[in-house]
Amino acid sequence: MTRYILTRLLSLVLSLVAASVAIFLVIEILPGDPAAIMLGVNAQPDTLAALRAEMGLDQPMVIRYLAWVGGMLHGDFGTSYTYHTPVAKLIGDRLAVSLPLALFSLLLTVVIAFPVGIWAAARRGSAADTLIMGITQLGVAIPNFWFAMLMVVLFAINLRWFSAGGFAGWDKGLLPALKSLTLPAVALALPQASILARVMRSALLDTLSEDFVRTARAKGLSRAKALRRHALRNALIPVLTIIGMQFSFLLAGGIIIENVFYLPGLGRLIFQSISARDLITVESVVMLLVFAVILVNFLVELAYALVDPRLRSGR
Amino acid sequence: MSLLDIRNLSLSIHGTPILHDVSLRLDPGRILGVIGESGSGKSMTAFTVMRLLPEGAEASGQVTLDGQPILSRSEAQMCALRGRDIGMVFQEPMTALNPLKTIGDQVAETILIHEKIPKRAAMIRAAKALARAELPQDRFPLSRYPHELSGGQRQRVVIAMAIALRPKLLIADEPTTALDVTTQAQILRLLTRLVREDGMGLMMITHDLAVVAEMADEIAIMQKGRVVEAGPTGALLENLQHPYSRALLAASTHAPARSPAAQDTPLLEVTAVHRFYPTPRKSLFGAPGRFHAVKGVSFKLRKGESLGLVGESGCGKSTLTRAILGLEQIQDGAIRLNGRPVFQGRQPDPEVRRRMQVVFQDPYGSFNPRHRVGRLVAEPFHLSPNMPRAERDTAVAEALTAVGLTPGDADKYIHEFSGGQRQRIAIARALITRPELILLDEAVSALDVQVRARILDLLADLSARYGLSYLFISHDLSVVRAITDRVMVMKAGEIVEAGPTETVFRDPRHPYTRQLLAAAPRLPEGLGS
Repeated sequence: MTRYILTRLLSLVLSLVAASVAIFLVIEILPGDPAAIMLGVNAQPDTLAALRAEMGLDQPMVIRYLAWVGGMLHGDFGTSYTYHTPVAKLIGDRLAVSLPLALFSLLLTVVIAFPVGIWAAARRGSAADTLIMGITQLGVAIPNFWFAMLMVVLFAINLRWFSAGGFAGWDKGLLPALKSLTLPAVALALPQASILARVMRSALLDTLSEDFVRTARAKGLSRAKALRRHALRNALIPVLTIIGMQFSFLLAGGIIIENVFYLPGLGRLIFQSISARDLITVESVVMLLVFAVILVNFLVELAYALVDPRLRSGR
Repeated sequence: MSLLDIRNLSLSIHGTPILHDVSLRLDPGRILGVIGESGSGKSMTAFTVMRLLPEGAEASGQVTLDGQPILSRSEAQMCALRGRDIGMVFQEPMTALNPLKTIGDQVAETILIHEKIPKRAAMIRAAKALARAELPQDRFPLSRYPHELSGGQRQRVVIAMAIALRPKLLIADEPTTALDVTTQAQILRLLTRLVREDGMGLMMITHDLAVVAEMADEIAIMQKGRVVEAGPTGALLENLQHPYSRALLAASTHAPARSPAAQDTPLLEVTAVHRFYPTPRKSLFGAPGRFHAVKGVSFKLRKGESLGLVGESGCGKSTLTRAILGLEQIQDGAIRLNGRPVFQGRQPDPEVRRRMQVVFQDPYGSFNPRHRVGRLVAEPFHLSPNMPRAERDTAVAEALTAVGLTPGDADKYIHEFSGGQRQRIAIARALITRPELILLDEAVSALDVQVRARILDLLADLSARYGLSYLFISHDLSVVRAITDRVMVMKAGEIVEAGPTETVFRDPRHPYTRQLLAAAPRLPEGLGS
């Protein structure tokens, strides 16, 4: 097990190094001068020189890379050119919305998908199964911004249970903050839960036809108990993989939903910094997201090992 | 009163009749061998007794266990019965256990389902059951996972699970088919011992007459969902009445008529071949270990000869086969066909590869289901590119005809063929480049005896017609005896004995060869001759 964790950790560090080099080079290799790109074609020469000095563009590339990485390790992500605030603070503010939102919708996803997927698999081929599969198909197909707007019309405008948009802020207390995240979380969770329920169902159907489930039945377990005790855990590996990918997506991919609900999240920050050609912010946010994806993958691999003893023993 | 009494059992699945009027009886402490080929309904009979039938199955007739009717029971009553009164052992030990649970937990589960006792007490009894199945706790702790055990050991775990509550009836469905001969002999002895000790009845399902001939008290022979013949083992085998039973016996002892045509010129020369595999590092920065799979093997196969290679799983015979085919790098030694090395540097020489082809064991897994047979058979032509289409089609038609199929079969898909026909297609695929040598890697092991007999005849015939040489790799000694001129016995990466087939079988020199021969199940002397 220790070896398994150590090899995965090593690969985590190597992936991060490779990703940081790649991101840095992409920004470097962009044709033209990053400072000139940020300032646009009508920039004054002295403004350009000042920005170049501020960005350290007069230094050699290796030094700049090391300074960038070193800064990030200390939590110094540089200063945003458009917002004139430290990028770290910008990201921190946005993460305070995006991370809870991602976790909230992932929780909804799992809570919906597991029972639904298991229920459908246990009744394979029945009318209920067909109906559930139809509904999840619809859930995947409906654009979530449209679903989000429907919910706004119903729950915010007609019923007035939730506000139509904006974020209350965590300083107003837990409940108002969670309340303003609820509709976006539901909108984000709908397609994800549909996907995960389908994955859960098919993974479970695969394991239900395995020989060891038949063995369990021969011992005297009922169909339902054999599913719960033997098939379920064996079906978790593909499900965990999908959950990991969904979390990474939810963290940054909620940009449309963030726009529908006027949420100050990471997705909007990236969008705004790209439009404003604020490369310093773009570089750091992208690095942060890469870090999140790699970290989630690492956690998913740890979860694999918890589920499957064959991985623990390194085979 | 019989322990198990099946009377006029008929079964249909979604309206398709599977069993017709099956009647069988089994007394306590006795072994009933149920024999038949695939599709004969023998497994379905067992699953009906367990009431573990696929959806859409409808059974009629009578099945009683200890006088209690089975078919009319509710599902809940069946759950209480399964595992407690009836235990079951399956064919595939590699997949019959849950890979995520320890063997102790899995055996204890049988007990915990049926008895309200603390987990701890159940674990103690699980340890006892495992010990009875010859997996003592000091060598096989309860905390082991299935992947840490061999196939034979896993089968013992399945047996321990089945007998943990000392059921009245044990059903074993081809319990040794996937195992090596020596392991098979041990498992059969174990089952026999448990039956005699506990006085339970054993319903032993198998396709292998020799297996039941040695252990069963009674035999029932099934064909197409019917019991065609049943009775006490000795008397029944000596005086088989039904034509099907006779055909089955004849097929299982079938040796094709062959005229040895080995010339003196060597075709395949294997000289001092070594193959190592790296094993996982013990620590993160430690050197990887290595596993010596083939340890300096040398032999010659002459033109027109049929050479056997026998050994148990893990002995290195598959590695050696892959190395001969150029699919696997060797670290030392040389492999030559007609004097020409198989490897050109690190790549196999296509010119040499075209002269030898291979037929694998699994007629189901070795074809791409989305290609038509014509394309599958023509596949080896990638070794001779730029061949005109017409020529290719003619070659496919010829190869299909040679193996007893028709040229029209080229337009069909592989799922339209039975296992035996698929193996014929695999042979056609091997024939198409007009090779001199065909490697048969367990090529008939998955086939029913009658189909196997016909494929062996086909191989003998093809060898005579095309002057083919065979390297016949198998764990099945009787097949090797029937089809080869010479045989080599491989153990732990080395060839321990080699010689003319009859000599080796009649007068084995090496202790391991003797052990193998002794373990192989045999029909009583004089039968089938």
